[in-house]
Amino acid sequence: MTTVALKPATMAQALTRALRDAMAADPSVHVLGEDVGTLGGVFRVTDGLAAEFGEDRCTDTPLAEAGILGTAVGMAMYGLRPVVEMQFDAFAYPAFEQLISHVARMRNRTRGRMPLPITVRVPYGGGIGGVEHHSDSSEAYYMATPGLHVVTPATVADAYGLLRAAIASDDPVVVLEPKRLYWSKDAWNPDDPQPVDPIGRAVVRRPGRSATLITYGPSVPVCLEAAEAARAEGWDLEVVDLRSLVPFDDETVCASVRRTGRAVVVHESGSFGGPGGEIAARVTERCFHHLEAPVLRVAGFDLPYPPPMLERHHLPGVDRILDAVARLQWEAEN
Amino acid sequence: MTVMEQRGAYRPTPPPAWKPRTDPAPLLPDTEPYRVLGTDAAAQADPELLRRLYAQLVRGRRYNVQATALTKQGRLAVYPSSTGQEACEVAAALALQERDWLFPSYRDTLAVVARGVDPVEALTLLRGDWHTGYDPYEHRVAPLSTPLATQLPHAVGLAHAARLKGDDVVALAMVGDGGTSEGDFHEALNFAAVWQAPVVFLVQNNGFAISVPLAKQTAAPSLAHKAVGYGMPGRLVDGNDAAAVHEVLTDAVRRAREGGGPTLVEAVTYRIEAHTNADDATRYRGDAEVETWREHDPIQLLERELTARGLLDEDTKQSARDAAETMAADLRARMNQDAVLDPMDLFAHVYAEPTPQLREQQALLRAELEAEHADREGTHR
Repeated sequence: MTTVALKPATMAQALTRALRDAMAADPSVHVLGEDVGTLGGVFRVTDGLAAEFGEDRCTDTPLAEAGILGTAVGMAMYGLRPVVEMQFDAFAYPAFEQLISHVARMRNRTRGRMPLPITVRVPYGGGIGGVEHHSDSSEAYYMATPGLHVVTPATVADAYGLLRAAIASDDPVVVLEPKRLYWSKDAWNPDDPQPVDPIGRAVVRRPGRSATLITYGPSVPVCLEAAEAARAEGWDLEVVDLRSLVPFDDETVCASVRRTGRAVVVHESGSFGGPGGEIAARVTERCFHHLEAPVLRVAGFDLPYPPPMLERHHLPGVDRILDAVARLQWEAEN
Repeated sequence: MTVMEQRGAYRPTPPPAWKPRTDPAPLLPDTEPYRVLGTDAAAQADPELLRRLYAQLVRGRRYNVQATALTKQGRLAVYPSSTGQEACEVAAALALQERDWLFPSYRDTLAVVARGVDPVEALTLLRGDWHTGYDPYEHRVAPLSTPLATQLPHAVGLAHAARLKGDDVVALAMVGDGGTSEGDFHEALNFAAVWQAPVVFLVQNNGFAISVPLAKQTAAPSLAHKAVGYGMPGRLVDGNDAAAVHEVLTDAVRRAREGGGPTLVEAVTYRIEAHTNADDATRYRGDAEVETWREHDPIQLLERELTARGLLDEDTKQSARDAAETMAADLRARMNQDAVLDPMDLFAHVYAEPTPQLREQQALLRAELEAEHADREGTHR
């Protein structure tokens, strides 16, 4: 039996590898965006692609997000498989009309004759000390748009697997890349990247019996840390990493909540109109008789994203998560 | 050395020499819209082409009249008429080769039909159906775009992709004067010029964006002048002169195909009808203005030229009219049949595979439909 040497790799490196492997495997895969060519992207995720595949395959575009996504639509119409990079979450907004009015509905309005296999990569979320417009959690906008898949990795292996799955998908997929996890490291073998489950499957990151933390993307490591800290309080928390916001894995989430009887949804996005409301409603509708307490939400405040000097007060942290867990009506147990 | 002497000795390093990146002069449009009919240039025009354009214009006008009538009969939900603009619509379709692509706006169903798409299919969306009807790949016509100017970057991307694949395909994208104010117009033209994409932009300046006249839309000398800022040629053409529009578009298509890059064409025309059947044009323009343009009717312009040159006899005219009537009768007959829509189809193509969430909602609608059906059966019994 041979053992594969696992080396530490960052999420950014895994994403680069996913793009490179996809481009090598399929000549119709084209990368385009701002600074993705010579510079390799502001986060270096496209590093080396222009050199390896040429500027026609990895293209520095003019600085115009609607133009980037709009031309990607035309490229996809002609049989290419564009992967576009939106440089930052809040700079993806100019492309919303193309995304919502065309990308998300072209398959539908042409009765399946003109599918658009476009991957939209969006670095998102806070915690990197970014100035304004560099830290938004914009997932609720994408989730509210029928026709899009929305995925977000929390581990190095998932970053590779989800991006490959997104590029392979015949539907448009928004890949939300947690900026603050770009430099997170995991032991990962880039020469034997494991396939992930198809888009739409959540995973239990940490099994537990007391309550379920339902989370995704940048909040997964925070929840895992909270679960470790909770042991001191006598709570054994399960952490479910959604990975895919659309489609939503009701099955995995509800199986967990039925086991534990309690749930807290954790995300950076604001709570009003955020993903947590939808998730709490879905869990309540399906698991009501298994619930010992209302499903709670731990989220960012409903504020424009705060400046770097104050963002730690905004982001859901271990203490806020544990406070929510403490409010899950444990009195009944005693 | 004193401080003053030092200062006197100082010479700033000159910046690198500046020169314009493109000579703007060849990009500038003519000062007058280019015309063929009624000018010396008409003698050069191919009589066969002129007769073909004529037959298509007659058919196109009849199509506009028939579609407008169908809205009044409740058979179309809405129809943005291109009456008065038939020369642009027809020339756009005829300037393209079979392998080329057409990107229409919602006012361009006539161009779609002139390209060979079945008229009923072309009107599917305007009939009130949930999809765009025709298969875009059959005649290489993009689905009608309802948001303004957003189809222009699609044309650029498609043309760019075709060139990357080594295919000599050209995309022709249509937009109105109002659409030139949208950001996507700007981004599309910029991308097209930077990439030297084989694409032709046809702006039909029909005078109004619903009610807003061009003067409130732009301060540019002409819409064709906008091309210069992007580094592509701008061409100004009389949009009611079918021979001129056809010539200018054919030149631009050829130039694109030969690797010369994009062209912006402004065709000056006039929207004879209101914006749609739901609009009242008397609120923003006078009859006198409309009458002036009726005098400059695209069919009459071409008919006069053909007649003067002895290229149009009564038989040819009659056969053009007959063909148009046949098309209109067929359109009428087929549009008067009630469309059969299956509500369950709404779920069929949102994704390649419906999400679990959509499957649940699909089941809900199916149950509702079955209950409705059972109710009806019960009532009938």
